[in-house]
Amino acid sequence: MNGSEKTRTCGDMKVLELKNLSFEVHEDGIDRAIVHDMNLVIPDNKFVVITGPNGGGKSTLARLIAGIEQPTEGQILLDGEDITNLSITERARKGIGYAFQQPVRFKGLRVIDLLRIAAGREISVSETCDFLSEVGLCARDYIDREVNASLSGGELKRIEIATVLARGCKLSLFDEPEAGIDLWSFQSLIRIFEKMRSEIRDSSIVIISHQERILEIADEIIVLADGGIVAQGPAEEIMPVITGTDSAVIACERLA
Amino acid sequence: MVKLDEIQKRIIAEVADLHEVPMGAYNFRANGELAGRNTTENIDIQTKQDKSGIDIRIKPGTKHESVHIPVVLSASGLKETVYNDFYVGEDCDVVIVAGCGIDNCGQQDSQHDGVHRFFIEKNAKVKYVEKHYGSGDGAGKRILNPVTEVYMQEGSSMEMEMVQIKGVDSTERTTVAELAAGAKLVVRERLMTHGEQKALSGYRVSLNGEGSSADVVSRSVARDHSYQKFDACVIGNTACSGHTECDSIIMDQGTILAVPSLEANSVDAMLVHEAAIGKIAGDQLNKLMTLGLTAQEAEEQIINGFLK
Repeated sequence: MNGSEKTRTCGDMKVLELKNLSFEVHEDGIDRAIVHDMNLVIPDNKFVVITGPNGGGKSTLARLIAGIEQPTEGQILLDGEDITNLSITERARKGIGYAFQQPVRFKGLRVIDLLRIAAGREISVSETCDFLSEVGLCARDYIDREVNASLSGGELKRIEIATVLARGCKLSLFDEPEAGIDLWSFQSLIRIFEKMRSEIRDSSIVIISHQERILEIADEIIVLADGGIVAQGPAEEIMPVITGTDSAVIACERLA
Repeated sequence: MVKLDEIQKRIIAEVADLHEVPMGAYNFRANGELAGRNTTENIDIQTKQDKSGIDIRIKPGTKHESVHIPVVLSASGLKETVYNDFYVGEDCDVVIVAGCGIDNCGQQDSQHDGVHRFFIEKNAKVKYVEKHYGSGDGAGKRILNPVTEVYMQEGSSMEMEMVQIKGVDSTERTTVAELAAGAKLVVRERLMTHGEQKALSGYRVSLNGEGSSADVVSRSVARDHSYQKFDACVIGNTACSGHTECDSIIMDQGTILAVPSLEANSVDAMLVHEAAIGKIAGDQLNKLMTLGLTAQEAEEQIINGFLK
Protein backbone atom coordinates (compact mmCIF):
# COMPACT_ATOMS: atom_id res chain seq x y z
CA MET A 1 0.00 0.00 0.00
CA ASN A 2 2.39 2.54 -1.23
CA GLY A 3 1.43 5.74 -3.05
CA SER A 4 3.59 4.84 -6.00
CA GLU A 5 1.53 1.73 -6.65
CA LYS A 6 -1.31 2.30 -9.06
CA THR A 7 -4.13 2.55 -6.62
CA ARG A 8 -7.04 0.20 -6.44
CA THR A 9 -10.16 0.91 -8.40
CA CYS A 10 -12.29 -1.89 -6.98
CA GLY A 11 -13.23 -2.70 -10.54
CA ASP A 12 -15.79 0.11 -10.54
CA MET A 13 -16.05 3.38 -12.41
CA LYS A 14 -13.54 6.01 -11.41
CA VAL A 15 -15.21 9.21 -10.27
CA LEU A 16 -11.97 11.04 -9.72
CA GLU A 17 -8.48 10.34 -10.85
CA LEU A 18 -5.31 12.27 -10.05
CA LYS A 19 -2.34 11.68 -12.31
CA ASN A 20 1.14 12.74 -11.20
CA LEU A 21 -0.38 15.72 -9.43
CA SER A 22 2.03 18.23 -7.93
CA PHE A 23 1.57 21.57 -6.28
CA GLU A 24 4.58 23.65 -5.44
CA VAL A 25 4.84 27.01 -3.78
CA HIS A 26 7.71 29.41 -4.01
CA GLU A 27 8.67 30.59 -0.54
CA ASP A 28 11.80 32.50 0.50
CA GLY A 29 13.47 31.61 -2.78
CA ILE A 30 12.81 27.90 -2.33
CA ASP A 31 10.31 25.73 -4.21
CA ARG A 32 8.41 23.60 -1.76
CA ALA A 33 6.12 20.76 -2.82
CA ILE A 34 2.85 20.75 -0.89
CA VAL A 35 1.58 17.90 -3.04
CA HIS A 36 4.17 15.77 -4.78
CA ASP A 37 3.60 13.57 -7.81
CA MET A 38 0.38 12.13 -6.46
CA ASN A 39 -1.56 9.33 -8.14
CA LEU A 40 -4.96 8.54 -6.76
CA VAL A 41 -8.25 7.04 -7.82
CA ILE A 42 -11.55 7.64 -6.06
CA PRO A 43 -13.94 4.94 -7.25
CA ASP A 44 -17.67 5.30 -7.66
CA ASN A 45 -20.02 4.70 -4.73
CA LYS A 46 -17.32 5.01 -2.13
CA PHE A 47 -17.01 6.88 1.14
CA VAL A 48 -13.33 7.78 1.38
CA VAL A 49 -11.64 9.45 4.33
CA ILE A 50 -8.32 11.22 3.92
CA THR A 51 -6.34 11.57 7.11
CA GLY A 52 -2.79 12.31 8.20
CA PRO A 53 -0.77 14.88 10.09
CA ASN A 54 -1.44 18.60 9.83
CA GLY A 55 0.53 20.19 7.03
CA GLY A 56 0.58 16.93 5.08
CA GLY A 57 -1.25 18.45 2.09
CA LYS A 58 -4.84 17.33 2.74
CA SER A 59 -6.56 20.70 2.48
CA THR A 60 -4.40 21.69 -0.47
CA LEU A 61 -5.45 18.50 -2.23
CA ALA A 62 -9.11 19.39 -1.69
CA ARG A 63 -8.51 22.90 -3.00
CA LEU A 64 -6.73 21.50 -6.06
CA ILE A 65 -9.66 19.20 -6.78
CA ALA A 66 -12.18 22.03 -6.34
CA GLY A 67 -10.08 24.29 -8.58
CA ILE A 68 -9.29 26.94 -5.98
CA GLU A 69 -5.61 26.13 -6.46
CA GLN A 70 -4.04 25.18 -9.78
CA PRO A 71 -1.58 22.29 -9.80
CA THR A 72 1.95 23.01 -10.99
CA GLU A 73 1.97 19.62 -12.72
CA GLY A 74 -0.26 16.67 -13.41
CA GLN A 75 -3.87 16.04 -14.28
CA ILE A 76 -7.22 15.84 -12.57
CA LEU A 77 -9.87 13.68 -14.24
CA LEU A 78 -13.54 13.65 -13.33
CA ASP A 79 -15.42 10.70 -14.81
CA GLY A 80 -12.53 10.30 -17.22
CA GLU A 81 -12.66 13.90 -18.39
CA ASP A 82 -9.63 16.12 -17.89
CA ILE A 83 -10.76 19.05 -15.74
CA THR A 84 -7.29 20.31 -14.82
CA ASN A 85 -7.76 23.60 -16.65
CA LEU A 86 -11.38 24.19 -15.72
CA SER A 87 -12.37 26.98 -13.37
CA ILE A 88 -13.94 26.49 -9.95
CA THR A 89 -17.33 27.26 -11.49
CA GLU A 90 -16.96 24.80 -14.36
CA ARG A 91 -15.88 22.04 -12.00
CA ALA A 92 -18.79 22.79 -9.70
CA ARG A 93 -21.16 22.54 -12.64
CA LYS A 94 -19.64 19.21 -13.58
CA GLY A 95 -20.49 17.86 -10.15
CA ILE A 96 -17.78 18.66 -7.64
CA GLY A 97 -18.99 19.89 -4.28
CA TYR A 98 -16.73 21.26 -1.62
CA ALA A 99 -17.46 22.08 2.01
CA PHE A 100 -14.85 24.49 3.39
CA GLN A 101 -13.03 23.80 6.60
CA GLN A 102 -13.83 27.33 7.68
CA PRO A 103 -17.28 28.27 6.41
CA VAL A 104 -17.43 31.71 4.84
CA ARG A 105 -19.74 34.34 6.29
CA PHE A 106 -21.90 36.52 4.09
CA LYS A 107 -23.34 39.72 5.44
CA GLY A 108 -26.82 40.09 4.05
CA LEU A 109 -27.11 36.63 2.44
CA ARG A 110 -29.69 34.38 4.12
CA VAL A 111 -29.51 30.64 4.61
CA ILE A 112 -32.29 30.14 2.07
CA ASP A 113 -30.43 32.30 -0.47
CA LEU A 114 -27.29 30.24 -0.08
CA LEU A 115 -29.21 26.96 -0.44
CA ARG A 116 -30.99 28.26 -3.53
CA ILE A 117 -27.64 29.19 -5.07
CA ALA A 118 -26.36 25.73 -4.15
CA ALA A 119 -29.37 23.96 -5.67
CA GLY A 120 -29.10 26.14 -8.76
CA ARG A 121 -32.84 26.80 -8.85
CA GLU A 122 -35.67 28.39 -6.95
CA ILE A 123 -36.17 25.62 -4.46
CA SER A 124 -39.27 25.84 -2.32
CA VAL A 125 -39.24 26.60 1.37
CA SER A 126 -40.19 23.01 2.14
CA GLU A 127 -37.28 21.67 0.09
CA THR A 128 -34.96 24.07 1.89
CA CYS A 129 -36.33 22.77 5.18
CA ASP A 130 -35.52 19.22 4.10
CA PHE A 131 -31.87 20.11 3.54
CA LEU A 132 -31.65 21.82 6.90
CA SER A 133 -33.34 18.95 8.72
CA GLU A 134 -30.86 16.65 7.06
CA VAL A 135 -28.04 18.40 8.89
CA GLY A 136 -29.97 18.55 12.14
CA LEU A 137 -31.07 22.17 12.08
CA CYS A 138 -34.63 23.18 12.85
CA ALA A 139 -35.40 24.78 9.52
CA ARG A 140 -37.94 27.32 10.75
CA ASP A 141 -35.32 28.93 12.98
CA TYR A 142 -32.67 29.19 10.32
CA ILE A 143 -34.16 29.70 6.91
CA ASP A 144 -34.24 33.51 7.09
CA ARG A 145 -31.13 33.92 9.16
CA GLU A 146 -28.21 35.74 7.61
CA VAL A 147 -25.08 33.68 7.06
CA ASN A 148 -23.04 36.05 9.18
CA ALA A 149 -21.30 36.23 12.53
CA SER A 150 -24.62 35.78 14.35
CA LEU A 151 -24.41 32.04 13.64
CA SER A 152 -22.22 29.83 15.77
CA GLY A 153 -19.34 27.82 14.34
CA GLY A 154 -21.36 24.61 14.59
CA GLU A 155 -24.38 26.15 12.87
CA LEU A 156 -22.23 27.52 10.07
CA LYS A 157 -20.57 24.16 9.67
CA ARG A 158 -23.90 22.38 9.27
CA ILE A 159 -25.17 24.98 6.84
CA GLU A 160 -21.95 24.49 4.91
CA ILE A 161 -22.65 20.77 4.71
CA ALA A 162 -26.24 21.47 3.67
CA THR A 163 -25.02 23.56 0.73
CA VAL A 164 -23.11 20.54 -0.57
CA LEU A 165 -26.07 18.21 0.00
CA ALA A 166 -28.37 20.62 -1.85
CA ARG A 167 -26.19 20.37 -4.92
CA GLY A 168 -26.44 16.60 -5.28
CA CYS A 169 -22.82 16.23 -6.35
CA LYS A 170 -21.03 13.43 -8.10
CA LEU A 171 -18.05 14.06 -5.86
CA SER A 172 -18.55 15.74 -2.48
CA LEU A 173 -15.49 16.93 -0.60
CA PHE A 174 -15.67 17.85 3.08
CA ASP A 175 -12.63 19.45 4.69
CA GLU A 176 -12.53 18.62 8.39
CA PRO A 177 -16.25 18.89 9.03
CA GLU A 178 -15.61 18.22 12.72
CA ALA A 179 -13.24 21.18 13.17
CA GLY A 180 -14.53 23.85 15.49
CA ILE A 181 -17.77 22.22 16.51
CA ASP A 182 -18.91 21.18 19.96
CA LEU A 183 -19.45 17.66 21.18
CA TRP A 184 -23.25 17.78 20.75
CA SER A 185 -22.97 18.94 17.19
CA PHE A 186 -20.32 16.31 16.62
CA GLN A 187 -22.69 13.50 17.60
CA SER A 188 -25.25 14.61 15.05
CA LEU A 189 -22.51 15.16 12.49
CA ILE A 190 -21.55 11.50 12.73
CA ARG A 191 -25.20 10.56 12.11
CA ILE A 192 -25.29 12.84 9.07
CA PHE A 193 -22.28 11.12 7.55
CA GLU A 194 -23.53 7.63 8.42
CA LYS A 195 -26.74 8.49 6.59
CA MET A 196 -24.83 9.85 3.62
CA ARG A 197 -22.75 6.68 3.55
CA SER A 198 -25.86 4.53 3.41
CA GLU A 199 -27.43 6.61 0.65
CA ILE A 200 -24.52 6.88 -1.80
CA ARG A 201 -25.71 6.40 -5.36
CA ASP A 202 -23.61 7.00 -8.46
CA SER A 203 -21.43 9.37 -6.50
CA SER A 204 -18.59 9.44 -4.02
CA ILE A 205 -17.81 11.24 -0.83
CA VAL A 206 -14.35 12.32 0.28
CA ILE A 207 -13.89 13.58 3.81
CA ILE A 208 -10.74 15.01 5.29
CA SER A 209 -10.79 14.14 8.95
CA HIS A 210 -8.78 13.33 12.04
CA GLN A 211 -11.74 11.81 13.83
CA GLU A 212 -11.77 8.11 14.60
CA ARG A 213 -15.58 8.09 14.48
CA ILE A 214 -15.51 9.37 10.93
CA LEU A 215 -12.67 7.04 9.93
CA GLU A 216 -14.83 4.16 11.13
CA ILE A 217 -17.52 5.00 8.59
CA ALA A 218 -15.03 4.92 5.70
CA ASP A 219 -14.97 2.32 2.94
CA GLU A 220 -11.46 3.38 2.22
CA ILE A 221 -8.83 5.38 4.10
CA ILE A 222 -6.00 7.36 2.58
CA VAL A 223 -3.15 8.58 4.78
CA LEU A 224 -1.36 11.67 3.51
CA ALA A 225 1.94 12.98 4.82
CA ASP A 226 4.53 15.32 3.37
CA GLY A 227 2.53 15.81 0.20
CA GLY A 228 2.27 12.13 -0.68
CA ILE A 229 0.17 9.06 0.02
CA VAL A 230 1.78 6.90 2.68
CA ALA A 231 -1.01 4.37 3.03
CA GLN A 232 -4.24 3.57 1.29
CA GLY A 233 -6.72 0.74 1.55
CA PRO A 234 -9.95 -0.57 3.02
CA ALA A 235 -10.74 0.82 6.45
CA GLU A 236 -10.24 -2.55 8.16
CA GLU A 237 -6.67 -2.71 6.89
CA ILE A 238 -5.68 0.89 7.62
CA MET A 239 -7.44 1.52 10.93
CA PRO A 240 -5.18 -0.76 13.03
CA VAL A 241 -2.13 0.93 11.51
CA ILE A 242 -3.37 4.42 12.40
CA THR A 243 -4.66 3.63 15.88
CA GLY A 244 -1.31 2.05 16.63
CA THR A 245 0.27 5.46 16.29
CA ASP A 246 -1.78 6.79 19.21
CA SER A 247 -2.14 10.27 17.87
CA ALA A 248 -3.26 12.95 20.29
CA VAL A 249 -6.73 13.15 18.79
CA ILE A 250 -7.34 9.47 19.17
CA ALA A 251 -5.94 9.44 22.69
CA CYS A 252 -8.34 12.22 23.63
CA GLU A 253 -11.18 10.27 22.11
CA ARG A 254 -10.39 7.36 24.37
CA LEU A 255 -10.31 9.56 27.43
CA ALA A 256 -13.70 10.93 26.50
CA MET B 1 2.14 88.12 12.67
CA VAL B 2 0.13 87.25 15.76
CA LYS B 3 1.73 85.44 18.65
CA LEU B 4 -0.12 82.30 19.75
CA ASP B 5 -1.50 82.29 23.28
CA GLU B 6 -1.77 79.26 25.52
CA ILE B 7 -5.33 78.34 24.48
CA GLN B 8 -4.36 78.52 20.86
CA LYS B 9 -1.28 76.39 21.45
CA ARG B 10 -3.38 73.78 23.22
CA ILE B 11 -5.83 73.65 20.33
CA ILE B 12 -3.04 73.33 17.81
CA ALA B 13 -1.68 70.41 19.80
CA GLU B 14 -5.13 68.80 19.53
CA VAL B 15 -5.68 69.31 15.83
CA ALA B 16 -2.18 68.91 14.47
CA ASP B 17 -0.41 66.82 17.09
CA LEU B 18 1.99 69.73 17.26
CA HIS B 19 3.60 70.78 20.48
CA GLU B 20 6.29 72.90 18.94
CA VAL B 21 6.91 74.61 15.67
CA PRO B 22 6.99 71.78 13.11
CA MET B 23 9.75 70.89 10.72
CA GLY B 24 9.06 71.76 7.13
CA ALA B 25 6.50 74.14 5.74
CA TYR B 26 3.65 75.49 7.83
CA ASN B 27 1.04 78.18 8.00
CA PHE B 28 -0.70 79.00 11.27
CA ARG B 29 -3.91 80.92 11.23
CA ALA B 30 -5.39 82.26 14.46
CA ASN B 31 -8.65 84.20 14.70
CA GLY B 32 -8.56 85.06 11.05
CA GLU B 33 -4.98 86.29 10.98
CA LEU B 34 -1.65 84.83 10.01
CA ALA B 35 0.21 83.61 13.10
CA GLY B 36 3.23 81.99 11.54
CA ARG B 37 4.54 80.72 8.25
CA ASN B 38 7.50 78.82 6.99
CA THR B 39 8.30 77.82 3.45
CA THR B 40 10.99 75.47 2.22
CA GLU B 41 12.98 75.09 -0.94
CA ASN B 42 10.32 72.77 -2.32
CA ILE B 43 7.15 74.03 -0.69
CA ASP B 44 5.92 77.54 -1.20
CA ILE B 45 2.97 79.18 0.55
CA GLN B 46 1.45 82.40 -0.75
CA THR B 47 -1.47 84.43 0.59
CA LYS B 48 -4.27 84.74 -1.93
CA GLN B 49 -4.81 88.23 -3.25
CA ASP B 50 -8.45 87.96 -4.31
CA LYS B 51 -9.90 86.25 -1.24
CA SER B 52 -9.03 84.82 2.14
CA GLY B 53 -6.73 81.83 1.98
CA ILE B 54 -3.45 80.49 0.73
CA ASP B 55 -1.89 78.72 -2.25
CA ILE B 56 0.47 75.88 -1.40
CA ARG B 57 2.77 74.81 -4.20
CA ILE B 58 4.86 71.68 -3.88
CA LYS B 59 7.59 71.18 -6.47
CA PRO B 60 7.63 67.96 -8.54
CA GLY B 61 9.68 65.17 -6.98
CA THR B 62 9.45 66.51 -3.42
CA LYS B 63 9.75 63.55 -1.08
CA HIS B 64 9.22 63.06 2.63
CA GLU B 65 8.28 66.64 3.37
CA SER B 66 5.29 67.88 5.26
CA VAL B 67 3.00 70.89 5.34
CA HIS B 68 1.06 71.88 8.43
CA ILE B 69 -1.75 74.38 8.16
CA PRO B 70 -3.63 74.46 11.45
CA VAL B 71 -6.37 76.97 12.11
CA VAL B 72 -7.48 78.17 15.52
CA LEU B 73 -10.52 80.18 16.49
CA SER B 74 -10.59 81.30 20.08
CA ALA B 75 -12.73 84.42 19.80
CA SER B 76 -16.48 84.07 20.12
CA GLY B 77 -18.62 85.20 17.23
CA LEU B 78 -16.00 84.85 14.54
CA LYS B 79 -17.15 83.57 11.16
CA GLU B 80 -14.78 82.99 8.30
CA THR B 81 -14.50 81.22 4.99
CA VAL B 82 -11.01 80.31 3.84
CA TYR B 83 -9.88 79.00 0.47
CA ASN B 84 -6.73 76.90 0.43
CA ASP B 85 -5.38 75.43 -2.80
CA PHE B 86 -2.73 72.72 -2.85
CA TYR B 87 -0.71 72.11 -5.99
CA VAL B 88 1.21 68.87 -5.61
CA GLY B 89 3.76 68.25 -8.38
CA GLU B 90 4.55 64.99 -10.16
CA ASP B 91 6.19 62.18 -8.19
CA CYS B 92 5.85 63.94 -4.85
CA ASP B 93 5.52 62.01 -1.62
CA VAL B 94 4.28 64.41 1.03
CA VAL B 95 2.23 64.70 4.19
CA ILE B 96 -0.26 67.50 4.59
CA VAL B 97 -1.76 68.16 7.99
CA ALA B 98 -4.70 70.50 8.22
CA GLY B 99 -6.75 70.91 11.32
CA CYS B 100 -9.19 73.29 12.82
CA GLY B 101 -9.89 73.86 16.44
CA ILE B 102 -12.47 76.20 17.91
CA ASP B 103 -12.49 77.28 21.50
CA ASN B 104 -15.69 79.17 22.13
CA CYS B 105 -16.39 80.39 25.63
CA GLY B 106 -18.70 83.13 24.49
CA GLN B 107 -22.35 83.45 23.59
CA GLN B 108 -22.04 83.84 19.86
CA ASP B 109 -21.43 81.15 17.30
CA SER B 110 -17.94 80.65 15.92
CA GLN B 111 -17.64 79.24 12.47
CA HIS B 112 -14.82 78.22 10.17
CA ASP B 113 -15.61 77.10 6.65
CA GLY B 114 -12.51 75.79 4.93
CA VAL B 115 -12.53 75.11 1.24
CA HIS B 116 -9.58 72.92 0.31
CA ARG B 117 -8.72 72.04 -3.24
CA PHE B 118 -6.03 69.53 -4.13
CA PHE B 119 -4.49 69.34 -7.58
CA ILE B 120 -2.39 66.20 -7.51
CA GLU B 121 -0.15 65.57 -10.48
CA LYS B 122 0.93 62.25 -11.97
CA ASN B 123 2.28 59.58 -9.63
CA ALA B 124 2.30 61.92 -6.66
CA LYS B 125 1.54 60.48 -3.27
CA VAL B 126 -0.20 62.50 -0.59
CA LYS B 127 -1.16 61.69 2.93
CA TYR B 128 -3.66 64.20 4.21
CA VAL B 129 -4.65 64.43 7.85
CA GLU B 130 -7.48 66.66 8.96
CA LYS B 131 -8.55 66.95 12.57
CA HIS B 132 -11.41 68.98 13.90
CA TYR B 133 -11.78 69.84 17.51
CA GLY B 134 -13.97 72.03 19.62
CA SER B 135 -13.75 73.17 23.21
CA GLY B 136 -15.09 75.87 25.50
CA ASP B 137 -18.35 75.89 27.43
CA GLY B 138 -20.04 78.99 26.10
CA ALA B 139 -23.54 78.86 24.63
CA GLY B 140 -22.14 79.94 21.27
CA LYS B 141 -21.87 77.07 18.82
CA ARG B 142 -18.68 75.74 17.25
CA ILE B 143 -19.36 75.21 13.60
CA LEU B 144 -17.09 73.71 10.94
CA ASN B 145 -18.15 73.23 7.36
CA PRO B 146 -15.22 71.90 5.35
CA VAL B 147 -15.36 71.45 1.62
CA THR B 148 -12.66 69.29 0.07
CA GLU B 149 -12.11 68.89 -3.63
CA VAL B 150 -9.54 66.45 -4.93
CA TYR B 151 -8.37 66.22 -8.53
CA MET B 152 -6.07 63.28 -9.06
CA GLN B 153 -3.96 62.72 -12.16
CA GLU B 154 -2.76 59.36 -13.50
CA GLY B 155 -1.10 57.03 -11.04
CA SER B 156 -1.41 59.42 -8.12
CA SER B 157 -2.55 58.32 -4.72
CA MET B 158 -4.06 60.04 -1.75
CA GLU B 159 -4.82 58.85 1.69
CA MET B 160 -7.16 61.08 3.67
CA GLU B 161 -7.58 60.73 7.35
CA MET B 162 -10.46 62.82 8.66
CA VAL B 163 -10.98 62.94 12.35
CA GLN B 164 -13.58 64.75 14.40
CA ILE B 165 -13.78 63.32 17.84
CA LYS B 166 -14.92 66.06 20.13
CA GLY B 167 -16.63 69.33 20.64
CA VAL B 168 -17.82 70.43 17.23
CA ASP B 169 -21.49 71.34 17.47
CA SER B 170 -22.32 71.36 13.83
CA THR B 171 -20.47 70.17 10.81
CA GLU B 172 -21.41 69.76 7.21
CA ARG B 173 -18.64 68.13 5.29
CA THR B 174 -18.56 67.81 1.53
CA THR B 175 -15.85 65.90 -0.27
CA VAL B 176 -15.64 65.62 -4.03
CA ALA B 177 -12.95 63.62 -5.82
CA GLU B 178 -12.16 62.91 -9.46
CA LEU B 179 -9.70 60.19 -10.33
CA ALA B 180 -7.78 59.61 -13.56
CA ALA B 181 -6.35 56.24 -14.68
CA GLY B 182 -4.61 54.25 -11.97
CA ALA B 183 -5.27 56.86 -9.31
CA LYS B 184 -6.04 55.65 -5.85
CA LEU B 185 -7.98 57.37 -3.12
CA VAL B 186 -8.30 56.03 0.38
CA VAL B 187 -10.50 57.82 2.88
CA ARG B 188 -10.65 56.94 6.54
CA GLU B 189 -13.19 58.99 8.38
CA ARG B 190 -13.59 58.78 12.12
CA LEU B 191 -16.37 60.64 13.75
CA MET B 192 -17.83 60.89 17.19
CA THR B 193 -20.72 63.12 18.06
CA HIS B 194 -22.28 63.79 21.41
CA GLY B 195 -24.70 66.15 23.13
CA GLU B 196 -26.99 67.76 20.58
CA GLN B 197 -24.36 67.71 17.85
CA LYS B 198 -25.10 67.29 14.23
CA ALA B 199 -22.68 65.95 11.63
CA LEU B 200 -23.31 65.51 7.93
CA SER B 201 -20.70 63.94 5.74
CA GLY B 202 -21.09 63.56 2.02
CA TYR B 203 -18.73 62.09 -0.52
CA ARG B 204 -18.91 62.10 -4.26
CA VAL B 205 -16.05 60.16 -5.78
CA SER B 206 -15.87 59.80 -9.57
CA LEU B 207 -13.69 57.01 -10.91
CA ASN B 208 -13.05 58.29 -14.39
CA GLY B 209 -9.84 56.53 -15.40
CA GLU B 210 -9.22 52.86 -16.02
CA GLY B 211 -7.83 51.03 -13.01
CA SER B 212 -8.66 53.85 -10.61
CA SER B 213 -9.86 52.91 -7.19
CA ALA B 214 -11.45 54.46 -4.15
CA ASP B 215 -11.98 53.13 -0.69
CA VAL B 216 -14.12 55.33 1.52
CA VAL B 217 -14.56 54.01 5.02
CA SER B 218 -16.34 55.76 7.83
CA ARG B 219 -16.26 54.63 11.43
CA SER B 220 -18.51 56.57 13.66
CA VAL B 221 -20.08 56.73 17.08
CA ALA B 222 -23.19 58.75 17.80
CA ARG B 223 -23.89 59.41 21.46
CA ASP B 224 -26.46 61.31 23.50
CA HIS B 225 -28.92 63.06 21.18
CA SER B 226 -26.53 63.59 18.31
CA TYR B 227 -27.32 63.04 14.69
CA GLN B 228 -25.10 61.79 11.88
CA LYS B 229 -25.66 61.42 8.23
CA PHE B 230 -23.14 59.59 6.07
CA ASP B 231 -23.77 59.99 2.39
CA ALA B 232 -21.15 58.51 0.11
CA CYS B 233 -21.51 58.14 -3.62
CA VAL B 234 -18.90 56.32 -5.66
CA ILE B 235 -19.29 56.64 -9.40
CA GLY B 236 -17.59 54.10 -11.67
CA ASN B 237 -17.29 55.32 -15.22
CA THR B 238 -14.86 52.66 -16.47
CA ALA B 239 -13.01 49.52 -15.35
CA CYS B 240 -12.36 50.54 -11.79
CA SER B 241 -13.04 49.49 -8.26
CA GLY B 242 -14.80 51.43 -5.59
CA HIS B 243 -15.61 50.51 -2.07
CA THR B 244 -17.39 52.42 0.63
CA GLU B 245 -18.12 51.28 4.10
CA CYS B 246 -19.96 52.83 6.97
CA ASP B 247 -19.43 51.15 10.28
CA SER B 248 -21.26 52.87 13.07
CA ILE B 249 -21.96 52.48 16.73
CA ILE B 250 -25.04 54.12 18.05
CA MET B 251 -25.50 54.94 21.72
CA ASP B 252 -28.03 56.62 23.98
CA GLN B 253 -30.56 58.51 21.84
CA GLY B 254 -28.22 59.02 18.91
CA THR B 255 -29.38 58.83 15.33
CA ILE B 256 -27.38 57.78 12.32
CA LEU B 257 -28.47 57.93 8.75
CA ALA B 258 -26.22 56.11 6.31
CA VAL B 259 -26.95 56.82 2.68
CA PRO B 260 -24.46 54.91 0.61
CA SER B 261 -24.78 54.97 -3.13
CA LEU B 262 -23.02 53.48 -6.10
CA GLU B 263 -23.28 54.46 -9.70
CA ALA B 264 -21.89 52.09 -12.31
CA ASN B 265 -21.74 53.50 -15.78
CA SER B 266 -19.58 50.68 -17.08
CA VAL B 267 -19.94 46.90 -16.86
CA ASP B 268 -16.35 46.73 -15.66
CA ALA B 269 -16.92 49.02 -12.72
CA MET B 270 -16.62 46.99 -9.55
CA LEU B 271 -18.35 48.88 -6.81
CA VAL B 272 -19.04 47.60 -3.36
CA HIS B 273 -20.64 49.09 -0.35
CA GLU B 274 -20.61 47.77 3.16
CA ALA B 275 -22.68 49.04 6.01
CA ALA B 276 -20.84 47.07 8.64
CA ILE B 277 -17.63 45.09 9.17
CA GLY B 278 -16.71 42.66 6.45
CA LYS B 279 -15.48 42.83 2.90
CA ILE B 280 -15.73 40.74 -0.16
CA ALA B 281 -13.09 38.19 0.60
CA GLY B 282 -11.59 35.78 -1.90
CA ASP B 283 -13.09 32.97 0.13
CA GLN B 284 -16.58 34.36 -0.36
CA LEU B 285 -16.16 34.38 -4.12
CA ASN B 286 -14.58 30.92 -4.01
CA LYS B 287 -17.40 29.57 -1.91
CA LEU B 288 -20.10 30.81 -4.26
CA MET B 289 -18.12 29.59 -7.25
CA THR B 290 -17.96 26.11 -5.73
CA LEU B 291 -21.75 26.34 -5.68
CA GLY B 292 -21.71 26.87 -9.44
CA LEU B 293 -21.77 30.66 -9.78
CA THR B 294 -19.34 32.49 -12.02
CA ALA B 295 -17.06 35.04 -10.39
CA GLN B 296 -19.32 37.79 -11.70
CA GLU B 297 -22.47 36.15 -10.40
CA ALA B 298 -20.79 35.49 -7.08
CA GLU B 299 -19.86 39.13 -6.78
CA GLU B 300 -23.40 40.18 -7.64
CA GLN B 301 -24.74 37.84 -5.00
CA ILE B 302 -22.42 39.29 -2.41
CA ILE B 303 -23.20 42.86 -3.40
CA ASN B 304 -26.91 42.09 -3.47
CA GLY B 305 -26.47 40.76 0.01
CA PHE B 306 -24.76 43.93 1.10
CA LEU B 307 -27.39 46.12 -0.46
CA LYS B 308 -30.26 44.28 1.12
